[in-house]
Amino acid sequence: MSLVSIREVRKSFGPLEVLKGVSLEVAKGDVVAIIGRSGSGKSTLLRCINGLETFQSGAILADGLEVGGMHTDVRELRRHVGMVFQQFNLFPHLTAAGNVMLAPTVVNKTSKKEAAEIAAEMLAKVGLSDKRDAYPSQLSGGQQQRVAIARSLAMRPKVLLCDEITSALDPELVNEVLRVVEQLAKEGMTLILVTHEMRFARDVGTNLVFMHHGKVHETGVPKEVFAAPKTPELQQFVGGIG
Amino acid sequence: MLYKLQFAELLPYWDVLLQGLVFTIVLTIVSTAAGVAVGTAGASARTFGPAWLGWIVVVYVELIRNTPFIVQLFFIFFGLPAAGVKLDETTAAFLAMVINLGAYSTEIIRAGIEAVPKGHIEAGVSLAMTKWEVLRHIVLNQAFRKIYPALSSQIIIVMLGSAVVSQISAQDLTYAANFVASRDFRNFEVYLVATLAYLVLAIVTRAVLRGLGRIFFKAAS
Ligand SMILES: Nc1ncnc2c1ncn2[C@@H]1O[C@H](COP(=O)(O)OP(=O)(O)OP(=O)(O)O)[C@@H](O)[C@H]1O
Ligand SMILES: [Mg+2]
Repeated sequence: MSLVSIREVRKSFGPLEVLKGVSLEVAKGDVVAIIGRSGSGKSTLLRCINGLETFQSGAILADGLEVGGMHTDVRELRRHVGMVFQQFNLFPHLTAAGNVMLAPTVVNKTSKKEAAEIAAEMLAKVGLSDKRDAYPSQLSGGQQQRVAIARSLAMRPKVLLCDEITSALDPELVNEVLRVVEQLAKEGMTLILVTHEMRFARDVGTNLVFMHHGKVHETGVPKEVFAAPKTPELQQFVGGIG
Repeated sequence: MLYKLQFAELLPYWDVLLQGLVFTIVLTIVSTAAGVAVGTAGASARTFGPAWLGWIVVVYVELIRNTPFIVQLFFIFFGLPAAGVKLDETTAAFLAMVINLGAYSTEIIRAGIEAVPKGHIEAGVSLAMTKWEVLRHIVLNQAFRKIYPALSSQIIIVMLGSAVVSQISAQDLTYAANFVASRDFRNFEVYLVATLAYLVLAIVTRAVLRGLGRIFFKAAS
């Protein structure tokens, strides 16, 4: 059974239809890499999965919960579906550990002590144990993004959505973040990532999704799809990247 | 010509002046605390609450910001009794101050809330926090940091403006000065003392607010 099941989802912003019937099945442990041109609807799709955007028709099931459903507690949904953003969005008034501890204490009512243990565990996972007391302004972009990943992991989500999480980083900082994501993939975390890192998509991804004009235009096993893209649009897209 | 200062003649009234000073200080502290609470609630309602509540806040804020404080004070003290609400001058003074600072701080705090990047709110929401949890733990914290200097200035303005409450015989520092002047006719000395008292009060308030800011917002930003 799929962990995330997206069926014929349509989404418009006013007159502009951005998702034109997107379907996608994501099984537990999958690492789905979504690629595609700017404006093809990649971010919108991710944001629909955790309820940041509503959609007009179709259905999304995430860990058995119907996204946007009348009887679905959106809070419950978001405890299962984590999200990491391009712009890190760390809370500047909290330390690295404070950022990681906030949701467990506020949402799950975890005790301070236990939350601190979770923070220590998650910061260790992203290789930032020594930065627990640093404020975001004292961290590099790569370190901030790793804290943001730790912050999402602290809620122990079933699936993690990553929207171009290395795009705001200086090139030399990209790898430290990708290494963390790769490690998560190895540990069996289910990941749906929008990315421009083609090599990463090919080497770490289990599924590749090429979005074009609001649709899943081509999909398959990354190595095969990259080696022999079937549609001219993907050929052009992959060729354009080089 | 040379005016001979005679502060000695004020001495018998030192307790009156002191009481006035204490009244002004208490009035400032209470209306600051309550006014900022009102402002926080107002700004939160306007940015995070339902539209109808937002409109009520807009009407309140614009009503207060576009009318003179003294008229607001007179309305509460002289006007409301006609509607059956009778308040003594002290209560009226406190109420008017809270309402006034509440409106101004609503606007100031709202600006702070709106300056918080939308991404931080989305990050909070994505962590399964409710809108109100996001407001409390993420937004207000950052908003206050940003607007603290502006809010501090407004508190000083309101503190100095509180002299107006003497007009309804609330017994603040200005009321006390008027009282003493009417008794011993040493106008120059009395008002010099009152002026200096306000000056010192403003400087001390500023210093206290700065100190509080350092304690609350000591984190790197
Ligand atoms: N809140 C919004 N209101 C109106 N239009 C929007 C909104 N968000 C996105 N869009 C539009 O929807 C389309 C798809 O946007 P989306 O952000 O999903 O694209 P994307 O594939 O993530 O692109 P990029 O690679 O640039 O991030 C774009 O045309 C965009 O302008
Ligand atoms: Mg995008």
